[in-house]
Amino acid sequence: MAARAKDVAKDVFMDEHATRPGRDTFMTVFSRALFIGISLLFLAALLFAPLATVFAMAFEKGYAAYLESFKDDATAAAIRLTLMTAAIVVPLNTIFGLAASYAIAKFEFRFKSFLITLIDLPLAVSPVISGMVYVLMFGLQGWFGVWLQDHDISIIFAVPGIVLATMFVTFPYVARELIPLMQQLGNDEEEAAITLGANGWVTFFRVTLPKVRWGLMYGVILTNARAMGEFGAVSVVSGHIRGVTNTMPLHIEILYQEYNFVGAFAVASLLTMLAVVTLIVKGLVERQGYKGH
Amino acid sequence: MSAAGVLTKPLRQPSVLPGFGLTFGFTTFFLSAIVLLPLAALVLMAARLSISDFFNVILDPRAVGSYRLSFGAAFLAAAINAVFGFVIAWTLVRYEFPGKKIIDALIDMPFALPTAVSGIALTTVFAQNGWVGQYLEPLGIKVAYTWIGVTVALTLIGMPFMVRTVQPALEEVQKDLEDAAETLGAGRFHIFRRIILPTVLPALLTGFALAFARGVGEYGSVIFISGNLPMKTEITPLLIVIKLEEFDYKGAAALGTVMLFISFVMLLAINLLQAWGRQRHVRSGR
Repeated sequence: MAARAKDVAKDVFMDEHATRPGRDTFMTVFSRALFIGISLLFLAALLFAPLATVFAMAFEKGYAAYLESFKDDATAAAIRLTLMTAAIVVPLNTIFGLAASYAIAKFEFRFKSFLITLIDLPLAVSPVISGMVYVLMFGLQGWFGVWLQDHDISIIFAVPGIVLATMFVTFPYVARELIPLMQQLGNDEEEAAITLGANGWVTFFRVTLPKVRWGLMYGVILTNARAMGEFGAVSVVSGHIRGVTNTMPLHIEILYQEYNFVGAFAVASLLTMLAVVTLIVKGLVERQGYKGH
Repeated sequence: MSAAGVLTKPLRQPSVLPGFGLTFGFTTFFLSAIVLLPLAALVLMAARLSISDFFNVILDPRAVGSYRLSFGAAFLAAAINAVFGFVIAWTLVRYEFPGKKIIDALIDMPFALPTAVSGIALTTVFAQNGWVGQYLEPLGIKVAYTWIGVTVALTLIGMPFMVRTVQPALEEVQKDLEDAAETLGAGRFHIFRRIILPTVLPALLTGFALAFARGVGEYGSVIFISGNLPMKTEITPLLIVIKLEEFDYKGAAALGTVMLFISFVMLLAINLLQAWGRQRHVRSGR
């Protein structure tokens, strides 16, 4: 029996060498199944199971318990703080991203690639360092700590620190989406507009901005998702004061450590849905013919 | 461009478009205020230590133990991703199957998902009674609260970087070249080694470097699953946080400077790898 199976395998193997390329043989069918199988198994254990767990745990004690967990004052405060932080950070980083990509993509100047590297720097830095730099500047024993204390200004363990750390972490996203897009689309229309007498602002709002609107939209939504979900950097500057300086991800940590799993995963489910929305927007943007980076 | 070319190039080439001063000025101002000055504050804080104190802090056994875990687990995770990331990218580029579009979209999930969420979810899944952990427990494999858990978390975090870097490179592999090789009698392994691997190698190495760099600094998804025992399951970013909580700003800054230095080296390596990939791309006439 075994010998027979070996013969068949040998035949199929020989057969493969005798066929034209691209035709289905035993080996191509087998390797196709193997590749798809390994991919799905790997993703199932590492990605799909954790995603499903978020919702399974959030609804473990039923729908009512899930909704009940949002009535907690500290949870509501965490959601408010996260929304407020994003409302400050996202517009500022969007303006920065537009200015940076306009300067970099529309003009030729020396040390341009160095400037791009510096803008990308926050992506290469550990989130803990992104938060720590502000503690070293504004913390009690930091460079400006004593001065700030004398003037009764608190940045670390307060909302301004959270905003700064979030800004650092999400700094490059809009610029990174827009720079390659603007470079690819070129300057011709802008130059035509200027030559025909439009001023700089009109040209920017009527020509440049509409051209890059889809890339801008993805950059903004990505910035927003990262701003609302940032953990490491914010954790360092926040001080974890319940109901005051806890953002949603920090509140998840506290609830989890208190073994309030329904509460922790309920907040986590909101952030997971935000991530899903972000990916859907990315898909829509790509369908507009723009390939993201 | 040669060094002489950089120097003779005017600071800015003339353009009919207005707004360079405003946008360039705002960009450099904002960049300096939010990113560069704070990073300088970190290095200056570390410089307040004497040379010998600095080395005492960064070569302390607990710090060295944390480097071993952070770098070891990040390296291992990047290596796992090099294999499985390649398999996933290959599957997505070469095969059609139901649900492929959704799987493709979900690859970016670890990138969009907050790290705290992936941290608690992974811990739950890989705990002794978790969905995956319960099958590993009888085999004697403990994932949660060990270095294996750290590696699992870093593998998840690095996965999109690897897949998204290798995918476009695989799309570039010319199918007709493979067919020609097959017609000429080359075996599957031979085709992989001589045609596919050389084409995707720069992308594979770039993906490895990106996943590794991200893994070394990762914090949120690791601290829940790692157990955080000094010398055993304590990553370097966590050690920095502990030092900050003890108000040991200089010590934290010293460790931060080490990590910052490594980030710079990785960034440089990634840029060089990407330049290498582009160069090959041009040379092969595509």
